[in-house]
Parts: sequence; structure tokens; C-alpha cells
Amino acid sequence: MIAFVIRRLLQGVVVMLVVGFIAFSLFNFVGDPVALMLPPEATQADRQAMRESLGLDRPFMVQFATFVGHAVQGNFGISLRLGRPVSALLAERLPATLELAIVAAALALLVGIPMGVYTGLKRNAWFSRFLLTASLIGVSLPTFLIGIFLILIFAVWLGWLPSFGRGDTVMVGPWSTGLLTASGLKALILPSITLGLFQLTLIMRLVRAEMLEVLRTDYIKFARARGLTNRAIHFGHALRNTLVPVITITGLQLGAIIAFAIITETVFQWPGMGLLFIQAVQFADIPVMAAYLCLIGFIFVVINLAVDLLYYFVDPRLRIDRAQAGGH
Amino acid sequence: MSEASRPLLEVRNLRVEFTTRRGTLTAIDDVSLAIAPGEVLGVVGESGAGKSITGSAIIGLIEPPGRIAGGEILLDGQRIDNLPAEAMRRIRGRQIGAIFQDPLTSLNPLYTVGRQLVETIQTHLAMNAAQAREHAVGLLKEVGIPAAERRIDHYPHQFSGGMRQRVVIALALCANPRLVIADEPTTALDVSIQAQIIQLLKRLCREHGTAVMLVTHDMGVIAETADRVAVMYAGRLVEVGPVQEVIHQPRHPYTEGLMASIPAIGQDVEKLPQIEGSMPRLDAIPKGCAFNPRCPKAFARCREERPELMAAGATCAACWLHAG
Repeated sequence: MIAFVIRRLLQGVVVMLVVGFIAFSLFNFVGDPVALMLPPEATQADRQAMRESLGLDRPFMVQFATFVGHAVQGNFGISLRLGRPVSALLAERLPATLELAIVAAALALLVGIPMGVYTGLKRNAWFSRFLLTASLIGVSLPTFLIGIFLILIFAVWLGWLPSFGRGDTVMVGPWSTGLLTASGLKALILPSITLGLFQLTLIMRLVRAEMLEVLRTDYIKFARARGLTNRAIHFGHALRNTLVPVITITGLQLGAIIAFAIITETVFQWPGMGLLFIQAVQFADIPVMAAYLCLIGFIFVVINLAVDLLYYFVDPRLRIDRAQAGGH
Repeated sequence: MSEASRPLLEVRNLRVEFTTRRGTLTAIDDVSLAIAPGEVLGVVGESGAGKSITGSAIIGLIEPPGRIAGGEILLDGQRIDNLPAEAMRRIRGRQIGAIFQDPLTSLNPLYTVGRQLVETIQTHLAMNAAQAREHAVGLLKEVGIPAAERRIDHYPHQFSGGMRQRVVIALALCANPRLVIADEPTTALDVSIQAQIIQLLKRLCREHGTAVMLVTHDMGVIAETADRVAVMYAGRLVEVGPVQEVIHQPRHPYTEGLMASIPAIGQDVEKLPQIEGSMPRLDAIPKGCAFNPRCPKAFARCREERPELMAAGATCAACWLHAG
């Protein structure tokens, strides 16, 4: 178990180094930063002095090592567009994105799993057929279109919910939250539905397919033959066996939710990291882009580690215990 | 039935049909059999003869699109084939236990064997958790699991195939049912383990007075274990009788073929006799006796008229050779 965690952590470090390398390479794609920073009339000597003061004359690997060293301490430099430390900008925006992503993921799980179980058990009921057909819409409609439809219906026509922004936020320590105010909660509804709908339908269809698969297995047949109640069979035996693939997909999708939040945040002008990133792209604000890339990479690595650890709790076959295994 | 007492289980004219896109297939056709309390009835036949479906029909677990299309099933003289789902559930495990072919896949991999035992015990018997656990440990000891107190908290993957089948037997017997349907209980096991499991099943059922319907295609197992044997072919019973009679003096040509194809030790044969051809598919069962195209003794009547079971010596056989 501990060896497994250490191995996974080392793999995570390797992944982060690769992501960091790509992020670092961004700086070299947009031309010479010295040319951007100095006025056009600067002399060759000025350029050379600037280059030396920034450390740009040093070998590539040394520069990369310096970048990594700073990045580990959370120092990604100064935003070219806003002139403030990138880490401070991201820290301001992170709560908005995480709240949106977590509410969207919770919505997807809390609605998607029961719907998947229902449609798996009542395969032929008209309501499950309806859900299954309706879920195709969620899977196939692009996120921004769903967002625009929701704004049209609930903000423009009905006027029930705000069409943009986060509403009022409250500071809880360094974390600005919209979950504690009525306007913050109202503002969260449309973006989280927009962001979570695809995941919801995906999880529903996945749970349904897994349920159908598991219900055909011998141990479910044997559970029926032992006279267990349907409730015990469906929820105690079948559902738990569908969880491993559900956890895998949910983990990957949580990363995707945070990354896809870019589109939803743009549609709803949600003041999160995604919006910051889009604006950074428009202004070629490389430090912000590089930091965003590293942060998203880091989130993916952490989620994958958490998913692997969850497997251990769900599936005893993965808890390799050599002292007990294979006894006759 | 030769027994004076009422049979524990009686199947009368059972018919099971499968509705498919290409029409209705009859998987079980007019099967009648009875099992006395404590009796071991062997059911033999080739794959697809309908042995397992008969077992599933008795415990009310035929998977759609299959359904019981006719006949009745009686337990203690009470019909159970038309019971509501909830009433039938209470009979499964409590009155009729079941053991399936593959012990490797019969147990839920995510729960300890103890949890699965306790869950089943508490479903059927009024016991609290501690009593149920104690009962479960006792059962595991009874089926020959060493260090049962410790092993009860292990997961199925920590047991070998033979040990898992012992756990499955403990699960099937945990509410002390009066009948156990054992569907090929040893087929998936190593040959060296098979005899142990059969002996265990036989001993436990004798001790508890449990009747057994032993579905298998292994005549050796039948010869060793069963009191009576029923031979199935293409969804019908072709011969029923006491096990020694059926083995040594089979009356139906199909049973004769089955017995001839079992090699005997010390018998030096060049080639093992086999029944020519193969069992007909369900949608192509021939007119008359289903066995007639493969039967060496078939005559005109066999191709026209379907024989019912009729007395033939000490057994009953569905064969025109024994008519009149």
C-alpha cells in the first residue's frame, strides 16, 4: 500500500515535470521576451544587459531548473497584462472555479447515479426510455449552447436567475465563497447545470450499462437463489460492483469539468480561472498561461491519485495481502 | 412414485418456452418428476437438454425471455410456480437452496464470505448479528473450512476454487432448506477436488435430511451419489428409474448410448462407443421421438408418434420398444 502510494507520487512528479516543461516552452514560442519588454529604440548593449539580468543567457536546462524551482514555491512571475503576481491572480480566481466545478460534479453524481440505477433496473419502463433519449441531448449538445438556452429561458424570459457573474461573495479566511449568500447560490445554479449536464448524462449512461452488466453475473443470480431481497441485491450487491468504473470516469471527468469550465465561465462571465485563462490567451499573457497549465496538470495528478486510493476501499481484490492470499 | 409418503417436490407436465424473434422455442416439454424428502435425484443429459432450465424453473428464476408456459410445480403439495415474487423469494434459500456451477463467480467479490453468510442467514432466520455470525462460523466448520473463525473475514478471492465451492454450499444450506438444487456443482473444479465436494454435499444432505436435485452430465457422480436418476434429451424426460437399474440395464436407446460411452477401468477398447450425430436444436426437433434420427433401433412408429414415459422393467422409459 505505502509502496504503491510512493510509486504513484513519483509518477506524479514525472508528469508534473513534463507539464512544467511544456509550460516553460511556451515562453520560447512567442518570440524574444526581451524585445517585448524593452522599447524598440533600445541598443544592443541594453538588450544584452537585460538578458543577463533576467538570466536568459544561461543554458536552457539551467533556466528550466530555475523555473521549476520558482514554480514549486508558487512563484510564476508577473502577469504581462495585469502587472500583478500570477500566483495572487490564480489564488483569487481558484475558489470561483472550484466551487462551480464541485457543485457541478456533485449534481452530476447525485442525479446521475440514481438515474442510472433506475434506468438499469427498469429497463423497459417508459420513463427510463424517456431518460435515455433525453440523455442523448445532454451528451450531444455543446456546452455553450446549453448555457445560452438556459440564460434565454431562466434569465431572459422568466427572469428568475441571473445571467452572469457570481453574485455576492463572502470571505471565509482567504477563500471567497458564493455558497453562503442567496444571490451567490442563485448565480451558481445555471452555470453548474451547464457544466454538469454532460457529466450527468455520461454518468447515468455509464451506471446503467454497468448495472445491466453486473445484473447478469453469476453472483447476482446466486444472491437471488439465496432469497435475498431485491433491495439488498440491487443496492448492496449490484451497485457497489458498478462503482469502480464510475469512480474512474468521475475522477477523469472532475478534471475535465475544471478544464471545461473555460467555456462555461466565458458564457456566464464567471470570474474563475477559465475566464482568466481565456483573457490571458487573447493578450498572449504567457506567465498566466504557463501557471494555469501547471495548476490544471497538478489537479489532474491529485485526482488520479485520489481515484487510485479509492479503488483500494471499494475493491478488496486490489488490497494485496500476501500473508492471506491464495490460502487453501 | 413408489414411496407411500407425499413427495417433497413434484413437477407436473412442466413446459418452458422462450419467445424469440423467430418464434417460440420449447426448451422443456412436458417434464414430470418427483423428489421424496431426503432423496437424491440425479438429472443427466447433454448440454442443452434442459437440465439447468428445469432447476431454474423450480426456484422461479428463469431469465426472460424464458417463461413457464404450462404445468405446475408443487412443494409439499402447495403450488409454487404461480406464487407472487415476494412469496417465492421467501421460499428460495429457506425451503429450496441452490448451488451453481462456477464457485469462482458465485460469490460477490467485494464482500467477505462472512458478510454474505450473515446476510443470507438474517434474511431467512430470526437471528441477531452475533448469533448469525456464530451460525456462519459453525457452517464454515461443517463444510470443512479450516480456521473458520479467521477465514470468515476473508474475501472470496482469498479462497481456492474448492474452498469457494464449500463456501457456496454453506450459503446454500445456511437456512437449512429441505431441497437443494445443485447445478453441475463440480464441473468447474479440479478432478481431484470434485470427489471431495460431492462427498461433502452427500454427507451434509444426509445429516440434515435435505433432498437434492443433482444436475450433471457426469455419470460417475450420479452413480456414486444419486438414489434415482432422470435422463433428459431435447427438453424431455426419456428415462427415470433407480440409479443401479438405469446404469446397468438402461431401457431407452439414448441411455444405453450414454452408458456405453463411459469408459470402464481395465477395459481395453480401441475406440469408445459414441452416439452418432448430435442433439437437435430447439427449433428443429424431429417429429415423433426426438431421438429417432440417431437411434439404432428406430422403427416406423418412432418417426410418427411421440412416446410418453411407460413402464420398462424397473424403470420408466419414453420409448416405443416398451409399448404394450
